[in-house]
Amino acid sequence: MAQRRIRILLAKPGLDGHDRGARVLARSFRDAGFEVIYTGCHQTPEQIAATAIQEDVDMVGLSCLSGAHNYLYPAVARLLQAEGADEIVVVGGGIIPDKDIPPLKAAGLKEIFLPGATLDSINDWIRANITPKE
Amino acid sequence: MFTQELLDKSSLMRKKWEDEVKKIIAKNADMKDRWSTVSDLEIKRIYGPEDIKDMDFEKDIAYPGQFPYLRGNQATGYRGKFWTFRMFAGMGTAVVTNERWHYLLSTGQTGLSTAFDFPTLMGYDTDSPKAKGECGKCGVAIDTIDDFRDLIKGIPLDKITTSMTINPPATALWAMYCASAQEQGIPLTKIGGTIQNDMLKEFIAQKTLMCPPEPSVKLISDTVEFGTKYVPRWNTISISGYHIREAGATAVQELAFTLRDGMEYVEDAIRRKGLHVDEFAPRLSFFFNSHIDFFEEIAKLRAARRIWAKGMRERYNSQDPRSWWMRFHTQTAGCSLTAQQPYNNVVRTATEALAAVLGGTQSLHTNSLDEVLCLPSDHAVQIALRTQQLIAEETGVVNTIDPLAGSYFVEALTNEMEEKAWEYIHKIDEMGGMVAAIEKGFPQMEISDAAYKFQKQIDAGEKIMIGVNKYNIEDEIVDIPIVEIDDSIEATQLERLAATKRKRDGRKVAECLKDLGEACKKGENVMPFCIEAVKNYATVQEICDVYREVYGEYRDPGIY
Amino acid sequence: MKDLGQRVLAGDVRAASRLIRNLEDQITDTYIAIQEIFKETGKSHVIGITGAPGAGKSTLTDELIQAYRSQGMTVGVLAVDPTSPFTGGALLGDRIRMLRHAEDKGVFVRSLATRGAMGGISKAVGEGIHVMDVLGKDRIIVETVGVGQQEVEIINHAHTVIVVLVPGMGDEIQALKAGLMEIADIFVINKADREGAGKLYKETMNMVQMSRDRAGVSKGWQIPVLLVESVLEPHKFAESVEKLRDKIDEHYQFLVDHDLISERMRRKTAAEIQEALWGAILAPIMEKLESSGEMKRMIDRTLLKEIDPYSLADEIACRYLKEKPAK
Repeated sequence: MAQRRIRILLAKPGLDGHDRGARVLARSFRDAGFEVIYTGCHQTPEQIAATAIQEDVDMVGLSCLSGAHNYLYPAVARLLQAEGADEIVVVGGGIIPDKDIPPLKAAGLKEIFLPGATLDSINDWIRANITPKE
Repeated sequence: MFTQELLDKSSLMRKKWEDEVKKIIAKNADMKDRWSTVSDLEIKRIYGPEDIKDMDFEKDIAYPGQFPYLRGNQATGYRGKFWTFRMFAGMGTAVVTNERWHYLLSTGQTGLSTAFDFPTLMGYDTDSPKAKGECGKCGVAIDTIDDFRDLIKGIPLDKITTSMTINPPATALWAMYCASAQEQGIPLTKIGGTIQNDMLKEFIAQKTLMCPPEPSVKLISDTVEFGTKYVPRWNTISISGYHIREAGATAVQELAFTLRDGMEYVEDAIRRKGLHVDEFAPRLSFFFNSHIDFFEEIAKLRAARRIWAKGMRERYNSQDPRSWWMRFHTQTAGCSLTAQQPYNNVVRTATEALAAVLGGTQSLHTNSLDEVLCLPSDHAVQIALRTQQLIAEETGVVNTIDPLAGSYFVEALTNEMEEKAWEYIHKIDEMGGMVAAIEKGFPQMEISDAAYKFQKQIDAGEKIMIGVNKYNIEDEIVDIPIVEIDDSIEATQLERLAATKRKRDGRKVAECLKDLGEACKKGENVMPFCIEAVKNYATVQEICDVYREVYGEYRDPGIY
Repeated sequence: MKDLGQRVLAGDVRAASRLIRNLEDQITDTYIAIQEIFKETGKSHVIGITGAPGAGKSTLTDELIQAYRSQGMTVGVLAVDPTSPFTGGALLGDRIRMLRHAEDKGVFVRSLATRGAMGGISKAVGEGIHVMDVLGKDRIIVETVGVGQQEVEIINHAHTVIVVLVPGMGDEIQALKAGLMEIADIFVINKADREGAGKLYKETMNMVQMSRDRAGVSKGWQIPVLLVESVLEPHKFAESVEKLRDKIDEHYQFLVDHDLISERMRRKTAAEIQEALWGAILAPIMEKLESSGEMKRMIDRTLLKEIDPYSLADEIACRYLKEKPAK
């Protein structure tokens, strides 16, 4: 009867309110059979990390379009690591300049989704890379 | 519009044409079965007299400067004056943005438009923990009137109009503008410009949030009242569809929600402030998006003028034609641009700008090709501005007014947009108005539905974005200069803010803020208190914190 | 699993959230962790919040958290949202209203999807309550899905059940008569500034008075009807939720004073045993029938009218149960 279900936290850190991508993804995740918790806009990295832990999610998806991703994305990864929750995969999306990607990955982001990524390609990536916890 | 004889003849000819089409497509099928706009509005293969036969020339079309202003507010069109070339700009500190403004004016721009950074937009100071990492990134950081003075240094406030894209803290920023003008000896009656100051679309789309809808509308009505009485050349609200569209709305939704927002503000100013509609309506302005679907956008802008004119006259019994005029600024669609093959964005922006001009815009911002990747570079801004100048001075489209009037297709599409918009407007009326509809999540859900549908159409290749889902280049290397805001800006701005806080009279500031809070509680107009507070160096956040304390803080309810 | 239980007993939030996850996912042997913590349960006051979608349950829960925190109480929340029957996915949207408490160590919010369970809550709610209880939360709030009158399951888990109504929802009162009326310990008329609030208040009061002698588990308790102001008037809203908080505590005290709490506990325990029995007896049989393909064959035969469901059940019972119930 055991049935692991993928749980995802979709979060918008920072002050920008451009949530079109996040809203579309939330629906797409549901339709792909995942359980998704969306934080809404204007969350701090601390709020996001605490929520990820309480909700025992497998993945945190971050969306920030204000240009503050270099500060905000690593902050979430760092806070999760500090809590010993580094098995929670952190990914990010948005308009991220190529040169920012290596440092973000070094900071613990597992994948960066760029403009043009299809909903299906993101869902497929999740199915291939996120294993619900044991 | 047409005689019965002509309609009969057309019907016969149309039948013949249809038979011919059927024969051809039986052999060579069309590339697809259904043809629709970017908003998924179905479009017919052809339009003819029968599609607009119910129109009445006098009532529905008429001439420019005549009701219902379908063809423009001004009798002279663009011959007397082009639209205002108003490029949105702001980055880093006030000093940096001021330099950019002077550069823009030197290249032929005719109005200014301010982009603020996120902390300023949300009513936080640079030294707030919430502002960390955001200072100066997407616009200029303004904390106190000291910053504001640097921002407008050398700008003749009585000659150049300035638009400020600011919403929850609009009262604070406008107060800084008014106070700075007074310091320069320019009377408030001489200054002109616009504050966006449209909170309803924030709840619906852009989520720059501070207080709940009801007190937010109250603050807006305060500015309307203050402007009406003391700053008569100022547009105190720029009722915006731009962000609604960018959030994923269709053209019809943009049109309907924006106009219904406008009606909500009109109703509130009448009810709450006891103003007569014609005292303030001539200073209301609008702000639309010009998206990539050429004719849909032209039809939308034309329909907007006609709906507003009818609405003002019939719903609010306005007598003054200036209240019937819909004045609007347009910006080309950021969401239509692609990070892939970014030079293609020049073509998109040019097409969208042309649609805005053919739709009769009075003011225009053209996006730069790199805006999807970063803040625009000087060179990219120049191309964008040249795009407007080229349309105005080379293409000849300004020679005649509303050249597409009378087109079977354009008129039919305009009618269809209007009809569908009124359906939404009436639905929102039935819900008890826009504030009530927002509380129910109605416009938010409609937009989310449309956004999700569009994304699925893109993924399925039913809608095309060149470079994204068609003609893409494998492993494309995007090789354009990326403008970056130096992280040291934050330290600089923190120091500026600290310096202002050191020099000011803390007791005086506290007094001003207390007075402001009292005014809020009593329901008095906050503007005089704001002006007094900023003159005494109260910060943007200190003023907004008063609002948050008195009215409560509104958080994103996350309707999706 | 034993270790997980120990860690929860030590107050480890990560272990607690993992344990709830295992319960939801019905991971084998999770009951060992529950065995580990069970002795320590039974200290929290469990509050159920139910009512139609859009009634404002999450916003009310958020403010209730605030009201309890201002008194220094710790709070656990289990917020249930529906699983899509088509995709198996779920949008867990209640939590978004409670995010201001995200960093508060005294608050633990957990979203649950129904995953096909009926009755307005997830199967993991009962055990989730135990986990929050052992973590030492003074109050545990369970927010149900809010799909309608069949949401009576909550009474098996909560000491105090709040039914939230809003004006302008049509035949609400009619539906109430059928279901929710039986389970309410407190009625809340939310968004009391709206048109129709007065009328709804009167109707609800009438109903409450008519059914004063109900045979429910809070015998003798006068069901209050509270008006809660719009959240858009934050100060008034907070005040009315504080009143609600006090009423909730008053209800619990009433149960204690009138020795009704034990009756509630019995009922809760009975439901829990029933659930455990289902898991221990029926679930493995069902799984075997499914995986062997026998279930499919039984359906085929029944459809062909070769046999009826009752005879089939009898057949299966004979096979698996030592003591088959006598006919």
